[in-house]
Amino acid sequence: MDVSNVPKTLPRYSATFDPHTLSEIRRAAATGIYDIRGAGAKRALPHFDDLLFLGASMSRYPLEGYREKCDTDVWLGTRFAKKPIHLTIPVTIAGMSFGSLSAQAKEALGRGATIAGTSTTTGDGGMTAEERGQSSILVYQYLPSRYGMNPDDLRKADAIEVVIGQGAKPGGGGMLLGQKISDRVAEMRTLPKGIDQRSACRHPDWTGPDDLTIKIDELREITDHEKPIYVKVGATRPYYDVALAVKSGADVVVLDGMQGGTAATQDVFIEHVGIPLLAAIRPAVQALQDLGMHRKVQLIVSGGIRNGADVAKALALGADAVSVGTAALVALGDNDPALEEEYRALGTTAGAYDDWQDGRDPAGITTQDPLLAARLDPVAAGRRLANYLSVLTLEAQTIARACGKSHLHNLEPEDLVALTIEAAAMARVPLAGTDWIPGHVF
Amino acid sequence: MEVVDLSVTGKTALNQRLHHLAHHPGEAHWRVLNPDGQHSLAVGLDAPITVEIAGHAGYYCAGMNKQATVIVEGNVGVGVAENMMSGTVHVRGDASQAAGATAHGGLLIIDGNASARCGISMKGINIVVKGSIGHMSAFMAQAGTLVVLGDAGDALGDSIYEARIYVRGQVQSQGADCIAKELRDEHRAELASLLSQAGVTGVAVDEFRRYGSARNLYSFHVDNASQY
Repeated sequence: MDVSNVPKTLPRYSATFDPHTLSEIRRAAATGIYDIRGAGAKRALPHFDDLLFLGASMSRYPLEGYREKCDTDVWLGTRFAKKPIHLTIPVTIAGMSFGSLSAQAKEALGRGATIAGTSTTTGDGGMTAEERGQSSILVYQYLPSRYGMNPDDLRKADAIEVVIGQGAKPGGGGMLLGQKISDRVAEMRTLPKGIDQRSACRHPDWTGPDDLTIKIDELREITDHEKPIYVKVGATRPYYDVALAVKSGADVVVLDGMQGGTAATQDVFIEHVGIPLLAAIRPAVQALQDLGMHRKVQLIVSGGIRNGADVAKALALGADAVSVGTAALVALGDNDPALEEEYRALGTTAGAYDDWQDGRDPAGITTQDPLLAARLDPVAAGRRLANYLSVLTLEAQTIARACGKSHLHNLEPEDLVALTIEAAAMARVPLAGTDWIPGHVF
Repeated sequence: MEVVDLSVTGKTALNQRLHHLAHHPGEAHWRVLNPDGQHSLAVGLDAPITVEIAGHAGYYCAGMNKQATVIVEGNVGVGVAENMMSGTVHVRGDASQAAGATAHGGLLIIDGNASARCGISMKGINIVVKGSIGHMSAFMAQAGTLVVLGDAGDALGDSIYEARIYVRGQVQSQGADCIAKELRDEHRAELASLLSQAGVTGVAVDEFRRYGSARNLYSFHVDNASQY
């Protein structure tokens, strides 16, 4: 037999040892240190795409798309705060620090959020004049590091968010590598310039929900009980975390799924700790319902929100609002294909760039390099963000009207079905075409 | 002098009256009776006033203080003078954990002992403890000075940045990247000034050892991984 003519099977990559996995093994072998990157979980996860809305039909009446009202506003902090927050849309900007982001990017987030009638949030690095000046509603994060923390900024804030964790790295502290510790960042954080800065993962002066109750009381006393107090947790044990946050006196709970982005942490942390947002919302809402606090303590969810359908699905599952971080950065100009040549020079490609820890962002967003940062026009970028937020809202309204809802908050789990058994179990809605909710005991 | 009896007036009313002085100067000397270990007493002050607390205080006494002098005639709970910006807080008794945590400025004097994590994440405050301090004190301390006339517990100054520590007694152990350093004249002068401000007499500055950062962990390096 002439073996030269025998058909050959194609080379086959291992599904377990795929090319990306192999490249990481080689990188680890060469360096001896874990991979650090920005952004959130990149692997395929059960997500909102696995849910569908049923829409109105014989048994439900839709609303006219361009005529009948579908409200979108939300009040946050109505439980205890003397001055709760009123947002025009239920989409807020997630906490991102000056330090991880350029001052121009922070300003652009403030501008975009303000045009859209929503809030933006500080991060692990204190409050800058730019973001306070451009944000009509600003949430001040109270983090374990307490970088830049001071009572004057606390009083300038419209709400205070006690950060216990975030979806990208529940149980982990912040990280800002030396190349991003500029003079201004170093001064705001009281650190030497150029060092690799490690933020604490636990608060320095309280541990556990009993202490948190007292800490929240202190924050209220300092601010004369005016401001809503949020508690932010990474999605891990949402039922218990939300219940304990409520017990501790939170006005608002922020729940961040593992798709939520970070400025910098270990890839292994991002991809392997925490749970997807889809799996976290219903247990969180269940905790609020069991305590009789649903809609009294508001729930903001984040981690992978991309479009108005995601917004509508999150609200239908019981959230009061959502937060966007990664998507907001993309709206500003992050990972823009127009910069492809520069991304290639960094060894990556537009859409995959995640070396946000590196400070060499050609879009001028995740950098402290003055020349790179100057590339981002805060006014134009803010406008793009406002446009994007507007589209999210219009899309969510489109779906809500089709489901016959005159307010986005009237969306409910009964409007949803799931495409996969996993999504049905996690979102606690029936598998499409069936009345089966896996794991649900009738 | 304005006297506020917390068995009659709530602490929120007290704090709000003290906050009012930030923009409407008034009585400069306050005395708080029957504190009974309540939390969050005299927090968020921002006026050059003196507040005497006649007894024990709970968590976060004088938290985020600016300008004011707060004197506690008893013990304090967790986080006394946490995140203080300026002013003076003087505890006549002992302090629980995290005394002076994350504080940016001012002077914290503790006549007795302080528990674990004294000066944790401090960012510029000066702390003088006349007794001893517990474990993990000055953890991730960024700036400021911690003076201890007694002993220090385990892991003193773990992951310390640019803060300075002076200990007169024994140090049970030093944390990662914390080393003993030479006591030079500039340090003697600083120490003498702080001891004087704290009303300490009859103690020679050369009885203290200075501790600070070896600065080996300021940048990530795989060879240092075992030190974390």
